[in-house]
Amino acid sequence: MTGAAKAAERAARESYGRLVAFLAARTRDISGAEDALADAFAAALGSWPRQGVPANPDAWLLTVARRRQTDAARRRQTRLAGESHVQLINDELDAAIAEQGDIPDRRLALMFACAHPAIERGMRAPLILQTVLGLTAADIAAAFLIPPATMGQRLVRAKSRILQAGIPFRVPDRDELPERLDAVLDAVYAAYSKGWSEVDGGATPPLADEAIWLGRLIVSLLPEAAEAKGMLALMLYTEARRPARRTAEGAYVPLEVHDTSLWDDSLIEAAETLLHEATAANGPSGRYQLEAAIQSAHIARRLHGAATWPAIVALYDHLLQLTASPVVALNRAVALAELEGPTAALAAIIPLADDKRMQDYQPYWAARAHLLERAGQPAEAHGAFTIALGLTTDPALRRYLEGKRTACSAG
Amino acid sequence: MRYMMLIHHDEAALAKAPQQELWAEYAAFNEALTKAEGSTTGERLQPSSAATTVRQLDGKADVLDGPYADTKEQFAGYFFVTADDLDGAIAWARRCPSSKYGSIEIRPVFEAQGK
Repeated sequence: MTGAAKAAERAARESYGRLVAFLAARTRDISGAEDALADAFAAALGSWPRQGVPANPDAWLLTVARRRQTDAARRRQTRLAGESHVQLINDELDAAIAEQGDIPDRRLALMFACAHPAIERGMRAPLILQTVLGLTAADIAAAFLIPPATMGQRLVRAKSRILQAGIPFRVPDRDELPERLDAVLDAVYAAYSKGWSEVDGGATPPLADEAIWLGRLIVSLLPEAAEAKGMLALMLYTEARRPARRTAEGAYVPLEVHDTSLWDDSLIEAAETLLHEATAANGPSGRYQLEAAIQSAHIARRLHGAATWPAIVALYDHLLQLTASPVVALNRAVALAELEGPTAALAAIIPLADDKRMQDYQPYWAARAHLLERAGQPAEAHGAFTIALGLTTDPALRRYLEGKRTACSAG
Repeated sequence: MRYMMLIHHDEAALAKAPQQELWAEYAAFNEALTKAEGSTTGERLQPSSAATTVRQLDGKADVLDGPYADTKEQFAGYFFVTADDLDGAIAWARRCPSSKYGSIEIRPVFEAQGK
């Protein structure tokens, strides 16, 4: 896709999400709002990339939506469910034209509805991707490795739940905001993680880009939220390293030997700015701020040779206190190995050996294997590499681990 | 929106609760509920040991002693609230003392379309 075509598609999605949010926030009926705008959105995706973005994209979409709705109503010769939206669209169109102004942006409220605690956790990211960005159920299904029909049904169910249960379209009050915002951020980050694990593109859409775009949207709509900036920074740090994580032949490259000239400096700079803004006043506090600070420290180490391992371990300590997550404990141990050696790190992960969640967690076995290898226990390392291999699906990572395992048996 | 709030108690936990405190809390809660527009105090039910369940199959009534489902938490009572949205109903559920001794199920009351 050319740059102009991409920009046009982006503008269409931007406008579509704003209009869905605006209509749905008034009726709680997301499906109704999507139906009312579907034809117009399809027309925009078709014509804007070729003919350019209209001067007032929202008014363009509303005009087409109104015409299509009126036509459909005329064909049906009946007053059906779309009626209330037709009326709303008419009202809004008249208002928008009269004021020459913008439609109020309710996308943040829409995201809070999609990530409401009463919505099943696994459906929050798909809902946001569909309602705010207009992604199809089939595209979302492909990224989440779920059959398209199943994803379609779940999306329909979740939307009707929002309508029937009375889930509000509202930015929560100050006392509730941090917890509720975390749910929104988790959903967006889940979408990013799906995008990150996509190797070589394939048929799936670039969800990482969509997630970053959503992250930017949240930061722009909620600029005082430090944790939102932290999450966006985390995604940008990770994204900046994407070009270096595979060789030209597609082989896996560990962070320690990344060719840092391949890193995207502008993304790193943007991430640093965000992290600084988020943490300047009180230091990193939330999960995403801490993870972003860890990424920043890794990058400073690799780019400038800064001795940041003590800072990294300290940040992991803080993160572990916050999350009590075995995954964090594992990452902390890996960092500790750089500070105090592999034996200390192996001692630190002894409690994880009894954690059921670690038994089929690939990074646990891969980290354990690397630590054992460095501690001079090739036989044990060989065994751990074998288990890690059994849990790895990514071909590039498999080849890398196979190489490491062979080295263990040779040594 | 109108919501029916279904109270489910962990009867063992409830029995261990400081009773005087609990009923004082309940009195205050009912007072607040009475004052809220569109909300109504409901009914407290006898414990599940007093429940009887009837099913009819092929015209034959099957009468069982005990509640509908023998689970840790038992249906214990209900009340109604009117709230702008689910968050308003959740706030009432959190205020209800029973939420500390079991759970409150929030069910929107079916309302005819076009209201």
